[in-house]
Amino acid sequence: MSQGAQYAVIFDRVSKAFGTKQVLRDVSFEVPAGEILCILGRSGTGKSVTLKLLISLLKPDHGEIWVDGDEITRLKETELSKVRRKMGFLFQDAALFDSLTLYENLALPLHRLTNKTQDEIDTIVDSVLGQVGLAGDKQKMPSKLSGGMRKRAGLARALVLEPKVLLADEPSSGLDRITAAEIDELLLAQKSQRGTTVIVVTHDVHGARRVGDRFAVFDKGDLVAFGTASDVEQSNNETARRLISEY
Amino acid sequence: MFKPIEFIGKVSLFALQVVVDVFRPPFEAAQIGRQIAEVGTKSLPLVIASGFALGTVMTLHTRSTLVTFGAGSMIPTVQALAFFVEIGPLVAGLLVAGRVGSGIGAVLANMRATEQIDGIESLSIDAFKFLVVPRVVACIIALPLLTVFMDFSGLLGGFLSEFFSSRISFHLYIDRAFADFEWSNFIPPTVKTAVFGFIIGTVSAFFGYTTNEGARGVGKAATNSVVVSSLLIILADVILIKCIFFAFPDNAL
Repeated sequence: MSQGAQYAVIFDRVSKAFGTKQVLRDVSFEVPAGEILCILGRSGTGKSVTLKLLISLLKPDHGEIWVDGDEITRLKETELSKVRRKMGFLFQDAALFDSLTLYENLALPLHRLTNKTQDEIDTIVDSVLGQVGLAGDKQKMPSKLSGGMRKRAGLARALVLEPKVLLADEPSSGLDRITAAEIDELLLAQKSQRGTTVIVVTHDVHGARRVGDRFAVFDKGDLVAFGTASDVEQSNNETARRLISEY
Repeated sequence: MFKPIEFIGKVSLFALQVVVDVFRPPFEAAQIGRQIAEVGTKSLPLVIASGFALGTVMTLHTRSTLVTFGAGSMIPTVQALAFFVEIGPLVAGLLVAGRVGSGIGAVLANMRATEQIDGIESLSIDAFKFLVVPRVVACIIALPLLTVFMDFSGLLGGFLSEFFSSRISFHLYIDRAFADFEWSNFIPPTVKTAVFGFIIGTVSAFFGYTTNEGARGVGKAATNSVVVSSLLIILADVILIKCIFFAFPDNAL
Protein backbone atom coordinates (compact mmCIF):
# COMPACT_ATOMS: atom_id res chain seq x y z
CA MET A 1 0.00 0.00 0.00
CA SER A 2 2.82 2.39 0.78
CA GLN A 3 3.98 2.24 -2.83
CA GLY A 4 1.51 4.90 -3.77
CA ALA A 5 1.99 7.14 -0.74
CA GLN A 6 4.63 9.52 -2.14
CA TYR A 7 2.93 9.76 -5.50
CA ALA A 8 -0.67 10.65 -6.27
CA VAL A 9 -0.62 8.40 -9.34
CA ILE A 10 1.59 5.52 -10.43
CA PHE A 11 1.32 3.72 -13.75
CA ASP A 12 3.37 0.54 -13.57
CA ARG A 13 3.98 -1.35 -16.85
CA VAL A 14 0.43 -0.86 -18.04
CA SER A 15 -0.70 -2.34 -21.34
CA LYS A 16 -4.06 -2.08 -23.02
CA ALA A 17 -5.33 -3.41 -26.34
CA PHE A 18 -8.67 -3.19 -28.10
CA GLY A 19 -8.91 -6.34 -30.17
CA THR A 20 -5.73 -6.53 -32.18
CA LYS A 21 -4.91 -2.84 -31.74
CA GLN A 22 -2.33 -2.29 -29.00
CA VAL A 23 -3.18 1.12 -27.53
CA LEU A 24 -0.72 1.20 -24.62
CA ARG A 25 2.42 -0.89 -24.31
CA ASP A 26 4.21 -1.30 -20.95
CA VAL A 27 3.65 2.30 -19.93
CA SER A 28 5.14 3.40 -16.59
CA PHE A 29 5.23 6.83 -14.96
CA GLU A 30 4.61 8.52 -11.61
CA VAL A 31 2.94 11.81 -10.74
CA PRO A 32 3.94 13.40 -7.41
CA ALA A 33 1.06 14.78 -5.35
CA GLY A 34 0.22 18.40 -6.09
CA GLU A 35 1.83 18.50 -9.53
CA ILE A 36 0.35 18.95 -12.99
CA LEU A 37 1.22 16.33 -15.60
CA CYS A 38 0.43 17.10 -19.22
CA ILE A 39 0.10 14.15 -21.56
CA LEU A 40 0.93 15.00 -25.16
CA GLY A 41 0.94 12.99 -28.34
CA ARG A 42 -0.67 12.62 -31.71
CA SER A 43 -4.28 11.50 -32.03
CA GLY A 44 -4.95 7.83 -31.32
CA THR A 45 -1.82 7.23 -29.25
CA GLY A 46 -3.59 6.22 -26.04
CA LYS A 47 -3.79 9.51 -24.15
CA SER A 48 -7.51 9.47 -23.38
CA VAL A 49 -7.34 5.73 -22.69
CA THR A 50 -4.73 6.51 -20.02
CA LEU A 51 -7.19 8.81 -18.26
CA LYS A 52 -10.01 6.26 -18.49
CA LEU A 53 -7.71 3.61 -17.04
CA LEU A 54 -6.89 5.96 -14.18
CA ILE A 55 -10.52 6.30 -13.19
CA SER A 56 -11.19 2.64 -13.99
CA LEU A 57 -13.69 3.23 -16.75
CA LEU A 58 -11.40 0.81 -18.58
CA LYS A 59 -9.34 -2.05 -17.16
CA PRO A 60 -5.74 -2.64 -18.24
CA ASP A 61 -4.71 -5.97 -19.76
CA HIS A 62 -1.49 -5.94 -17.73
CA GLY A 63 0.17 -3.77 -15.12
CA GLU A 64 -0.77 -1.91 -11.96
CA ILE A 65 -2.32 1.51 -11.46
CA TRP A 66 -2.01 3.24 -8.11
CA VAL A 67 -4.15 6.23 -7.15
CA ASP A 68 -3.53 7.94 -3.81
CA GLY A 69 -2.10 4.77 -2.32
CA ASP A 70 -4.68 2.30 -3.69
CA GLU A 71 -3.96 -0.22 -6.43
CA ILE A 72 -7.17 0.13 -8.43
CA THR A 73 -7.01 -2.60 -11.06
CA ARG A 74 -8.12 -5.33 -8.70
CA LEU A 75 -10.60 -3.40 -6.57
CA LYS A 76 -14.23 -4.45 -6.28
CA GLU A 77 -16.89 -1.98 -7.39
CA THR A 78 -17.63 -0.74 -3.86
CA GLU A 79 -13.94 -0.15 -3.09
CA LEU A 80 -13.44 1.42 -6.47
CA SER A 81 -16.27 3.78 -5.76
CA LYS A 82 -14.38 5.09 -2.71
CA VAL A 83 -11.27 5.73 -4.82
CA ARG A 84 -13.30 7.46 -7.53
CA ARG A 85 -14.64 9.86 -4.93
CA LYS A 86 -11.11 11.22 -4.63
CA MET A 87 -11.02 11.92 -8.35
CA GLY A 88 -12.68 14.34 -10.73
CA PHE A 89 -12.92 13.88 -14.48
CA LEU A 90 -13.39 16.66 -17.01
CA PHE A 91 -14.51 14.94 -20.20
CA GLN A 92 -13.60 16.20 -23.66
CA ASP A 93 -17.19 17.28 -24.39
CA ALA A 94 -17.95 17.91 -20.72
CA ALA A 95 -20.43 14.96 -20.63
CA LEU A 96 -22.99 16.95 -18.66
CA PHE A 97 -26.31 15.15 -18.16
CA ASP A 98 -28.47 16.83 -20.76
CA SER A 99 -31.73 16.16 -18.93
CA LEU A 100 -30.59 18.05 -15.81
CA THR A 101 -29.96 21.75 -15.25
CA LEU A 102 -26.45 22.95 -14.49
CA TYR A 103 -27.36 23.17 -10.80
CA GLU A 104 -28.75 19.62 -10.80
CA ASN A 105 -25.64 18.35 -12.59
CA LEU A 106 -23.47 19.65 -9.78
CA ALA A 107 -25.83 18.81 -6.93
CA LEU A 108 -26.33 15.21 -8.05
CA PRO A 109 -23.05 13.78 -6.69
CA LEU A 110 -23.39 15.83 -3.50
CA HIS A 111 -26.89 14.49 -2.88
CA ARG A 112 -25.89 10.92 -3.56
CA LEU A 113 -22.43 10.64 -2.08
CA THR A 114 -22.44 12.98 0.91
CA ASN A 115 -24.61 13.63 3.94
CA LYS A 116 -24.74 17.36 3.35
CA THR A 117 -27.94 19.30 3.92
CA GLN A 118 -29.74 21.06 1.09
CA ASP A 119 -28.42 24.43 2.29
CA GLU A 120 -24.85 23.13 2.35
CA ILE A 121 -25.25 21.68 -1.13
CA ASP A 122 -26.63 24.98 -2.43
CA THR A 123 -23.66 26.82 -0.92
CA ILE A 124 -21.11 24.42 -2.45
CA VAL A 125 -22.74 24.49 -5.89
CA ASP A 126 -22.89 28.30 -5.84
CA SER A 127 -19.27 28.48 -4.72
CA VAL A 128 -17.96 26.09 -7.40
CA LEU A 129 -20.03 27.73 -10.12
CA GLY A 130 -18.66 31.08 -8.94
CA GLN A 131 -15.10 29.76 -9.28
CA VAL A 132 -15.68 28.88 -12.92
CA GLY A 133 -17.65 32.03 -13.67
CA LEU A 134 -21.06 30.43 -14.14
CA ALA A 135 -22.83 31.63 -11.00
CA GLY A 136 -25.66 33.21 -12.99
CA ASP A 137 -26.26 30.22 -15.22
CA LYS A 138 -27.15 27.49 -12.77
CA GLN A 139 -30.73 27.05 -13.95
CA LYS A 140 -29.70 26.67 -17.58
CA MET A 141 -29.84 23.34 -19.37
CA PRO A 142 -26.50 22.13 -20.82
CA SER A 143 -27.85 22.58 -24.36
CA LYS A 144 -28.13 26.33 -23.69
CA LEU A 145 -24.44 26.69 -22.82
CA SER A 146 -21.71 27.68 -25.27
CA GLY A 147 -18.68 25.44 -25.83
CA GLY A 148 -16.53 27.37 -23.37
CA MET A 149 -19.31 27.45 -20.78
CA ARG A 150 -19.84 23.70 -21.14
CA LYS A 151 -16.15 23.09 -20.52
CA ARG A 152 -16.25 25.27 -17.41
CA ALA A 153 -19.44 23.56 -16.29
CA GLY A 154 -17.79 20.17 -16.78
CA LEU A 155 -14.85 21.38 -14.73
CA ALA A 156 -17.21 22.61 -12.02
CA ARG A 157 -18.84 19.18 -11.83
CA ALA A 158 -15.42 17.52 -11.65
CA LEU A 159 -14.48 19.84 -8.77
CA VAL A 160 -17.67 19.67 -6.76
CA LEU A 161 -16.50 16.76 -4.59
CA GLU A 162 -13.12 18.45 -4.01
CA PRO A 163 -11.04 15.74 -5.68
CA LYS A 164 -7.44 15.01 -4.76
CA VAL A 165 -6.74 14.05 -8.36
CA LEU A 166 -8.27 15.92 -11.29
CA LEU A 167 -8.21 14.34 -14.76
CA ALA A 168 -8.88 16.60 -17.73
CA ASP A 169 -9.35 15.29 -21.26
CA GLU A 170 -8.61 18.00 -23.83
CA PRO A 171 -9.83 20.86 -21.60
CA SER A 172 -9.07 23.49 -24.24
CA SER A 173 -10.10 21.70 -27.43
CA GLY A 174 -12.44 23.72 -29.61
CA LEU A 175 -11.97 26.86 -27.52
CA ASP A 176 -10.47 30.19 -28.48
CA ARG A 177 -7.13 31.16 -26.94
CA ILE A 178 -8.66 33.44 -24.30
CA THR A 179 -11.21 30.88 -23.09
CA ALA A 180 -8.55 28.15 -23.19
CA ALA A 181 -6.29 30.37 -21.05
CA GLU A 182 -9.16 30.83 -18.56
CA ILE A 183 -9.50 27.05 -18.26
CA ASP A 184 -5.73 26.77 -17.76
CA GLU A 185 -5.96 29.37 -14.97
CA LEU A 186 -8.68 27.32 -13.29
CA LEU A 187 -6.49 24.21 -13.41
CA LEU A 188 -3.54 26.14 -11.98
CA ALA A 189 -5.77 27.50 -9.23
CA GLN A 190 -6.73 23.96 -8.22
CA LYS A 191 -3.08 23.08 -7.87
CA SER A 192 -2.01 26.21 -6.01
CA GLN A 193 -5.05 26.68 -3.75
CA ARG A 194 -5.99 23.09 -2.95
CA GLY A 195 -2.87 21.10 -3.77
CA THR A 196 -4.82 19.05 -6.31
CA THR A 197 -2.86 16.70 -8.55
CA VAL A 198 -3.89 17.37 -12.13
CA ILE A 199 -3.39 15.17 -15.18
CA VAL A 200 -4.22 16.86 -18.46
CA VAL A 201 -4.46 15.27 -21.88
CA THR A 202 -4.01 17.99 -24.45
CA HIS A 203 -2.94 18.91 -27.97
CA ASP A 204 -2.44 22.53 -26.89
CA VAL A 205 1.31 22.64 -26.26
CA HIS A 206 1.18 26.37 -25.50
CA GLY A 207 -1.33 25.80 -22.69
CA ALA A 208 0.45 22.66 -21.53
CA ARG A 209 3.73 24.54 -21.10
CA ARG A 210 1.91 27.21 -19.11
CA VAL A 211 0.41 24.81 -16.59
CA GLY A 212 2.48 21.63 -16.68
CA ASP A 213 5.16 20.64 -14.17
CA ARG A 214 5.91 17.45 -16.06
CA PHE A 215 5.14 16.13 -19.50
CA ALA A 216 4.51 12.67 -20.86
CA VAL A 217 4.71 12.15 -24.60
CA PHE A 218 2.98 9.15 -26.16
CA ASP A 219 3.63 7.79 -29.61
CA LYS A 220 1.98 4.68 -31.05
CA GLY A 221 1.16 3.31 -27.60
CA ASP A 222 4.61 3.87 -26.12
CA LEU A 223 5.64 6.47 -23.58
CA VAL A 224 8.54 7.99 -25.52
CA ALA A 225 9.45 10.87 -23.20
CA PHE A 226 8.72 11.88 -19.62
CA GLY A 227 9.94 14.72 -17.44
CA THR A 228 10.08 18.48 -17.26
CA ALA A 229 9.80 20.59 -20.42
CA SER A 230 13.57 20.80 -20.72
CA ASP A 231 13.89 17.01 -20.19
CA VAL A 232 11.48 16.42 -23.09
CA GLU A 233 13.21 19.04 -25.25
CA GLN A 234 16.44 17.08 -24.81
CA SER A 235 14.80 13.70 -25.36
CA ASN A 236 16.25 11.24 -27.85
CA ASN A 237 12.82 10.88 -29.40
CA GLU A 238 12.20 13.19 -32.33
CA THR A 239 8.40 13.11 -32.01
CA ALA A 240 8.67 14.22 -28.40
CA ARG A 241 11.10 17.04 -29.26
CA ARG A 242 8.86 18.25 -32.09
CA LEU A 243 5.69 18.09 -30.00
CA ILE A 244 7.04 20.03 -27.04
CA SER A 245 8.54 22.68 -29.35
CA GLU A 246 5.41 23.32 -31.43
CA TYR A 247 3.97 26.37 -29.75
CA MET B 1 -23.91 -10.97 -38.11
CA PHE B 2 -26.81 -11.29 -35.68
CA LYS B 3 -26.14 -14.06 -33.19
CA PRO B 4 -29.45 -15.02 -31.59
CA ILE B 5 -28.12 -17.25 -28.81
CA GLU B 6 -25.46 -14.76 -27.75
CA PHE B 7 -28.08 -12.02 -27.84
CA ILE B 8 -30.54 -14.02 -25.71
CA GLY B 9 -27.77 -14.73 -23.20
CA LYS B 10 -26.74 -11.10 -22.95
CA VAL B 11 -30.31 -9.80 -22.63
CA SER B 12 -31.06 -12.46 -20.00
CA LEU B 13 -28.05 -11.44 -17.92
CA PHE B 14 -29.01 -7.79 -18.35
CA ALA B 15 -32.57 -8.57 -17.21
CA LEU B 16 -31.25 -10.56 -14.24
CA GLN B 17 -29.11 -7.61 -13.19
CA VAL B 18 -32.19 -5.38 -13.40
CA VAL B 19 -34.14 -7.73 -11.12
CA VAL B 20 -31.28 -7.92 -8.59
CA ASP B 21 -30.72 -4.14 -8.61
CA VAL B 22 -34.42 -3.37 -8.12
CA PHE B 23 -34.14 -4.81 -4.61
CA ARG B 24 -30.72 -3.33 -3.80
CA PRO B 25 -30.57 0.09 -2.11
CA PRO B 26 -30.53 2.98 -2.90
CA PHE B 27 -34.00 2.68 -4.39
CA GLU B 28 -33.95 5.65 -6.76
CA ALA B 29 -37.52 6.72 -5.90
CA ALA B 30 -37.06 10.20 -7.39
CA GLN B 31 -35.70 8.81 -10.63
CA ILE B 32 -38.52 6.25 -10.84
CA GLY B 33 -41.11 9.00 -10.29
CA ARG B 34 -39.48 11.12 -12.98
CA GLN B 35 -39.50 8.21 -15.41
CA ILE B 36 -43.13 7.28 -14.69
CA ALA B 37 -44.08 10.87 -15.48
CA GLU B 38 -41.97 10.68 -18.64
CA VAL B 39 -43.53 7.40 -19.80
CA GLY B 40 -47.03 8.63 -18.88
CA THR B 41 -46.83 12.01 -20.56
CA LYS B 42 -45.23 10.52 -23.66
CA SER B 43 -47.78 7.75 -24.07
CA LEU B 44 -51.10 8.82 -22.54
CA PRO B 45 -52.42 10.97 -25.43
CA LEU B 46 -51.39 8.32 -27.94
CA VAL B 47 -52.98 5.52 -25.92
CA ILE B 48 -56.26 7.39 -25.40
CA ALA B 49 -56.53 8.46 -29.05
CA SER B 50 -55.67 4.98 -30.31
CA GLY B 51 -58.06 3.30 -27.89
CA PHE B 52 -60.87 5.63 -28.88
CA ALA B 53 -60.28 5.10 -32.60
CA LEU B 54 -59.94 1.34 -32.22
CA GLY B 55 -63.10 1.16 -30.13
CA THR B 56 -65.03 3.11 -32.76
CA VAL B 57 -63.74 1.04 -35.66
CA MET B 58 -64.28 -2.24 -33.86
CA THR B 59 -67.91 -1.44 -33.17
CA LEU B 60 -68.43 -0.40 -36.79
CA HIS B 61 -67.03 -3.74 -37.93
CA THR B 62 -68.77 -6.03 -35.43
CA ARG B 63 -72.13 -4.27 -35.47
CA SER B 64 -73.36 -5.51 -38.86
CA THR B 65 -72.45 -9.12 -38.10
CA LEU B 66 -74.02 -9.15 -34.64
CA VAL B 67 -77.17 -7.39 -35.83
CA THR B 68 -77.48 -9.89 -38.71
CA PHE B 69 -77.58 -12.71 -36.16
CA GLY B 70 -79.96 -10.83 -33.90
CA ALA B 71 -77.32 -10.20 -31.29
CA GLY B 72 -77.22 -6.41 -31.50
CA SER B 73 -77.64 -6.13 -27.75
CA MET B 74 -74.37 -8.01 -27.33
CA ILE B 75 -72.34 -5.23 -28.95
CA PRO B 76 -71.33 -3.57 -25.63
CA THR B 77 -70.46 -6.94 -24.08
CA VAL B 78 -68.29 -7.95 -27.03
CA GLN B 79 -66.63 -4.54 -27.01
CA ALA B 80 -65.84 -4.66 -23.30
CA LEU B 81 -64.58 -8.24 -23.31
CA ALA B 82 -62.46 -7.71 -26.42
CA PHE B 83 -60.87 -4.58 -25.06
CA PHE B 84 -60.35 -5.55 -21.44
CA VAL B 85 -59.19 -9.10 -22.14
CA GLU B 86 -56.93 -8.69 -25.15
CA ILE B 87 -57.03 -5.63 -27.37
CA GLY B 88 -56.36 -3.08 -24.63
CA PRO B 89 -53.38 -4.85 -23.04
CA LEU B 90 -51.75 -5.91 -26.31
CA VAL B 91 -52.22 -2.67 -28.22
CA ALA B 92 -51.16 -0.59 -25.22
CA GLY B 93 -48.02 -2.73 -24.98
CA LEU B 94 -47.22 -2.31 -28.67
CA LEU B 95 -47.88 1.43 -28.57
CA VAL B 96 -45.64 1.92 -25.56
CA ALA B 97 -42.97 -0.23 -27.19
CA GLY B 98 -43.05 2.14 -30.16
CA ARG B 99 -43.29 5.38 -28.25
CA VAL B 100 -41.31 4.76 -25.06
CA GLY B 101 -39.08 1.85 -26.11
CA SER B 102 -37.55 3.82 -28.94
CA GLY B 103 -37.09 6.77 -26.59
CA ILE B 104 -35.32 4.72 -23.94
CA GLY B 105 -33.06 3.11 -26.54
CA ALA B 106 -32.19 6.42 -28.18
CA VAL B 107 -31.66 8.36 -24.93
CA LEU B 108 -29.35 5.78 -23.39
CA ALA B 109 -27.44 5.28 -26.64
CA ASN B 110 -26.98 9.04 -26.91
CA MET B 111 -25.77 9.15 -23.30
CA ARG B 112 -23.28 6.42 -24.12
CA ALA B 113 -22.09 8.20 -27.27
CA THR B 114 -21.63 11.52 -25.48
CA GLU B 115 -19.83 9.94 -22.49
CA GLN B 116 -22.64 10.88 -20.09
CA ILE B 117 -22.73 7.30 -18.80
CA ASP B 118 -18.97 7.40 -18.24
CA GLY B 119 -19.55 10.74 -16.52
CA ILE B 120 -21.98 9.14 -14.08
CA GLU B 121 -19.58 6.26 -13.37
CA SER B 122 -16.73 8.71 -12.82
CA LEU B 123 -18.80 10.34 -10.08
CA SER B 124 -19.00 7.01 -8.19
CA ILE B 125 -22.65 6.66 -9.14
CA ASP B 126 -23.83 3.24 -10.33
CA ALA B 127 -24.97 4.20 -13.85
CA PHE B 128 -26.90 0.96 -14.36
CA LYS B 129 -28.91 1.46 -11.21
CA PHE B 130 -29.36 5.17 -11.85
CA LEU B 131 -30.34 5.00 -15.52
CA VAL B 132 -31.60 1.51 -16.36
CA VAL B 133 -33.47 0.28 -13.29
CA PRO B 134 -35.77 3.36 -12.92
CA ARG B 135 -36.72 3.16 -16.60
CA VAL B 136 -37.63 -0.53 -16.35
CA VAL B 137 -39.58 -0.03 -13.11
CA ALA B 138 -41.39 2.96 -14.63
CA CYS B 139 -42.47 0.83 -17.60
CA ILE B 140 -43.66 -1.94 -15.26
CA ILE B 141 -45.78 0.50 -13.24
CA ALA B 142 -46.97 2.73 -16.08
CA LEU B 143 -48.10 0.10 -18.56
CA PRO B 144 -50.99 -1.38 -16.50
CA LEU B 145 -52.19 2.18 -15.82
CA LEU B 146 -52.00 3.09 -19.51
CA THR B 147 -53.84 -0.14 -20.32
CA VAL B 148 -56.76 0.94 -18.13
CA PHE B 149 -56.93 4.22 -20.07
CA MET B 150 -56.77 2.25 -23.32
CA ASP B 151 -59.61 -0.06 -22.17
CA PHE B 152 -61.95 2.75 -21.15
CA SER B 153 -61.19 4.99 -24.14
CA GLY B 154 -61.92 1.98 -26.37
CA LEU B 155 -65.19 1.47 -24.57
CA LEU B 156 -66.02 5.17 -24.96
CA GLY B 157 -65.21 5.03 -28.67
CA GLY B 158 -67.43 1.97 -29.01
CA PHE B 159 -70.25 3.70 -27.15
CA LEU B 160 -70.16 6.78 -29.38
CA SER B 161 -70.12 4.65 -32.49
CA GLU B 162 -73.10 2.66 -31.21
CA PHE B 163 -74.88 5.80 -30.00
CA PHE B 164 -74.85 7.31 -33.49
CA SER B 165 -76.20 4.04 -34.90
CA SER B 166 -78.85 3.04 -32.35
CA ARG B 167 -79.15 6.03 -29.96
CA ILE B 168 -78.37 3.70 -27.04
CA SER B 169 -78.08 5.48 -23.70
CA PHE B 170 -74.70 5.56 -21.92
CA HIS B 171 -76.22 3.92 -18.85
CA LEU B 172 -77.66 0.99 -20.84
CA TYR B 173 -74.41 0.59 -22.81
CA ILE B 174 -72.36 0.32 -19.62
CA ASP B 175 -74.90 -2.04 -18.04
CA ARG B 176 -74.68 -4.38 -21.02
CA ALA B 177 -70.93 -4.02 -21.33
CA PHE B 178 -70.31 -5.27 -17.81
CA ALA B 179 -73.34 -7.58 -17.42
CA ASP B 180 -71.31 -10.79 -17.87
CA PHE B 181 -68.01 -9.28 -16.86
CA GLU B 182 -65.85 -10.91 -14.15
CA TRP B 183 -62.94 -9.38 -12.30
CA SER B 184 -60.85 -12.15 -13.81
CA ASN B 185 -61.57 -10.60 -17.21
CA PHE B 186 -59.97 -7.37 -16.03
CA ILE B 187 -57.29 -7.98 -13.39
CA PRO B 188 -55.07 -10.72 -14.94
CA PRO B 189 -54.97 -9.21 -18.46
CA THR B 190 -54.16 -5.79 -17.00
CA VAL B 191 -51.53 -7.13 -14.64
CA LYS B 192 -49.91 -9.08 -17.47
CA THR B 193 -48.98 -5.78 -19.07
CA ALA B 194 -46.50 -5.31 -16.22
CA VAL B 195 -44.58 -8.13 -17.90
CA PHE B 196 -44.84 -6.23 -21.18
CA GLY B 197 -43.47 -3.21 -19.35
CA PHE B 198 -40.54 -5.25 -18.07
CA ILE B 199 -39.85 -6.47 -21.60
CA ILE B 200 -40.03 -2.98 -23.11
CA GLY B 201 -37.87 -1.38 -20.41
CA THR B 202 -35.26 -4.13 -20.32
CA VAL B 203 -34.89 -4.70 -24.05
CA SER B 204 -34.83 -0.99 -24.90
CA ALA B 205 -32.39 -0.20 -22.11
CA PHE B 206 -30.20 -3.10 -23.23
CA PHE B 207 -29.89 -1.77 -26.77
CA GLY B 208 -29.24 1.78 -25.61
CA TYR B 209 -26.96 1.06 -22.67
CA THR B 210 -24.71 -1.47 -24.39
CA THR B 211 -24.20 0.26 -27.72
CA ASN B 212 -20.66 1.30 -28.64
CA GLU B 213 -21.21 2.64 -32.13
CA GLY B 214 -21.33 6.36 -31.37
CA ALA B 215 -23.97 8.44 -33.15
CA ARG B 216 -24.80 5.61 -35.56
CA GLY B 217 -25.70 3.45 -32.56
CA VAL B 218 -28.43 5.87 -31.47
CA GLY B 219 -30.70 5.20 -34.45
CA LYS B 220 -29.87 1.53 -34.40
CA ALA B 221 -30.72 1.24 -30.70
CA ALA B 222 -34.05 3.01 -31.21
CA THR B 223 -35.06 0.77 -34.10
CA ASN B 224 -33.93 -2.46 -32.44
CA SER B 225 -35.71 -1.49 -29.23
CA VAL B 226 -39.06 -1.20 -31.01
CA VAL B 227 -38.70 -4.26 -33.23
CA VAL B 228 -37.44 -6.68 -30.58
CA SER B 229 -39.73 -5.37 -27.80
CA SER B 230 -42.80 -5.67 -30.05
CA LEU B 231 -41.87 -9.18 -31.10
CA LEU B 232 -41.22 -10.31 -27.54
CA ILE B 233 -44.47 -8.74 -26.32
CA ILE B 234 -46.46 -10.77 -28.85
CA LEU B 235 -44.60 -13.96 -27.93
CA ALA B 236 -45.00 -13.28 -24.20
CA ASP B 237 -48.69 -12.60 -24.72
CA VAL B 238 -49.23 -16.13 -26.04
CA ILE B 239 -47.50 -17.62 -23.00
CA LEU B 240 -49.24 -15.31 -20.53
CA ILE B 241 -52.69 -16.05 -21.97
CA LYS B 242 -52.00 -19.74 -21.41
CA CYS B 243 -50.96 -18.97 -17.83
CA ILE B 244 -54.13 -16.92 -17.26
CA PHE B 245 -56.29 -19.73 -18.64
CA PHE B 246 -54.49 -22.12 -16.32
CA ALA B 247 -55.03 -19.91 -13.27
CA PHE B 248 -58.58 -18.85 -14.23
CA PRO B 249 -60.13 -21.77 -16.18
CA ASP B 250 -63.47 -19.95 -16.52
CA ASN B 251 -61.80 -17.34 -18.73
CA ALA B 252 -60.89 -20.04 -21.24
CA LEU B 253 -64.50 -21.07 -21.84
